[in-house]
Amino acid sequence: MDATVAWLTSLFPQLAPPTALLIVQVVYAAILSFVAPTILVVGLTWMERKVAARIQNRIGPNRAGPFGWFQGFADAIKMFTKEDITPAGADRIVYNLAPGLAAIGAVMVFAVIPMAPGVIGVDLNIGILYVVAIGAIGTLATLMGGWGSNNKFALVSAFRIVAQLIAYEVPMVIAIITVVLAAGSMQMGRIIAAQDLPFAVTLPVAFLIFLLAGMAEIGRAPFDLTEAESEIVAGFHVEYSGLKFAFFFIGEYLHLFATASIGVTLFLGGWRGPGAAEGSIWGVLLGFAYFVVKSVLLVFVMMWLRGTLPRLRIDHLLDFGWKFLVPVGLSTLVAVAIALKLPTAVPRALALPAANVVVLVISLAAVSQAARRSRSAALRSVAGVK
Amino acid sequence: VLSDFTFVGILLLVATLLPVGGLGFAWLLRPKKPNPIKSSTYECGIETIGDTWVQFKAQYYIYALVFVVFDIEAVFLLPWAVAYNQLPLYALAEVVVFIGILVLALVYAWRKGALRWS
Repeated sequence: MDATVAWLTSLFPQLAPPTALLIVQVVYAAILSFVAPTILVVGLTWMERKVAARIQNRIGPNRAGPFGWFQGFADAIKMFTKEDITPAGADRIVYNLAPGLAAIGAVMVFAVIPMAPGVIGVDLNIGILYVVAIGAIGTLATLMGGWGSNNKFALVSAFRIVAQLIAYEVPMVIAIITVVLAAGSMQMGRIIAAQDLPFAVTLPVAFLIFLLAGMAEIGRAPFDLTEAESEIVAGFHVEYSGLKFAFFFIGEYLHLFATASIGVTLFLGGWRGPGAAEGSIWGVLLGFAYFVVKSVLLVFVMMWLRGTLPRLRIDHLLDFGWKFLVPVGLSTLVAVAIALKLPTAVPRALALPAANVVVLVISLAAVSQAARRSRSAALRSVAGVK
Repeated sequence: VLSDFTFVGILLLVATLLPVGGLGFAWLLRPKKPNPIKSSTYECGIETIGDTWVQFKAQYYIYALVFVVFDIEAVFLLPWAVAYNQLPLYALAEVVVFIGILVLALVYAWRKGALRWS
């Protein structure tokens, strides 16, 4: 950012630095709100279709353009020219606000994500807290769409998203606090700077909790109870058509990438990698390439899980959140806090993973113990033994 | 500190143009032929019976109460986590007690069956 402002003022000496900063910020905001969503949504929908197709032993889109690359553009044309239907008796204001809010909420998250060395909208000192706050807007949009549609399937979906959000927000925030604890800051730039060794290595349990809770937060399979086709048709967006329908998916795919890139920033070192550095244009581009590759890899993991796992039942979903992720997350937090206060003779790179592994082993042992007990209880009740 | 949020404000304004511009453009392109059958509520091919906004049993309201407790806990833990490196050892003891009390609450809710979907 600063480098671009300096370059602009050197190009036009009559430009005052505050004006130059404003121009750079407006241009960056326009890139984030128009260019990035277009590329991400077209690219990610294509990738989703190809990945899902390969997992299901199909080929996927291959007609529109080379390897089906233009499929997303064909979809866009279709969405633009479709009739917009408002169901009779819908709450018009809420119904029409929801799709836009879904897209805006997802775009806003990118304001604090470092894309490359020195390329960040604004490095807020409460960066990660801002992400958590803004990230909830997507859920609000789902709730509004489900409530406003005057459809009972949509209403059930709206209630489900709230149950899901309150079950998975807590473990996600706890995983984030674990990172903040290890980095000593909520600022994205400092969190990246603290990762000489990525936190995915030193805090593996927190990383797994973040990944699972993040997937639940954006409502993707196996946590897609809000749009379970076989139960509530399509949930909150059943009454939407045309571009309003499309905006829910723009929001979903942007949120998917945002979650992946937050995961990359918090746990995989963000743009860091050999050769990436602030100052030279190649260093910045290399950093951007690392960031994109890592984020797409994480997106791929989420698509992979979606393709291979069946949908969870609501009571299993809530149990998994409250009775597994929350206790494990809290124990990890305490274990990491203890490991950080160990005498400096013990290297942190050793103490932190050790604390995580201990927590993981104990919790998995407890879960398998509980499963064995409930299984034998079920067997006894079948056999009629008291 | 407040000037940090200028970019957030700018982004909010520009991002609003995305749905506004998109929907405006689609408004020019799309057909507009509404009729009562088309705009009736879709419910698996059957007419909706009664009002949609019925009193709905929110089965998870006890979950919501537990959620409030843990969300406030998270708010208290964040500043502690930021300052942890500069704090002496008693910060650790304090937080262990703090989290311990909350875990007791979770165990209590669990034993009482509040975390069971019925």
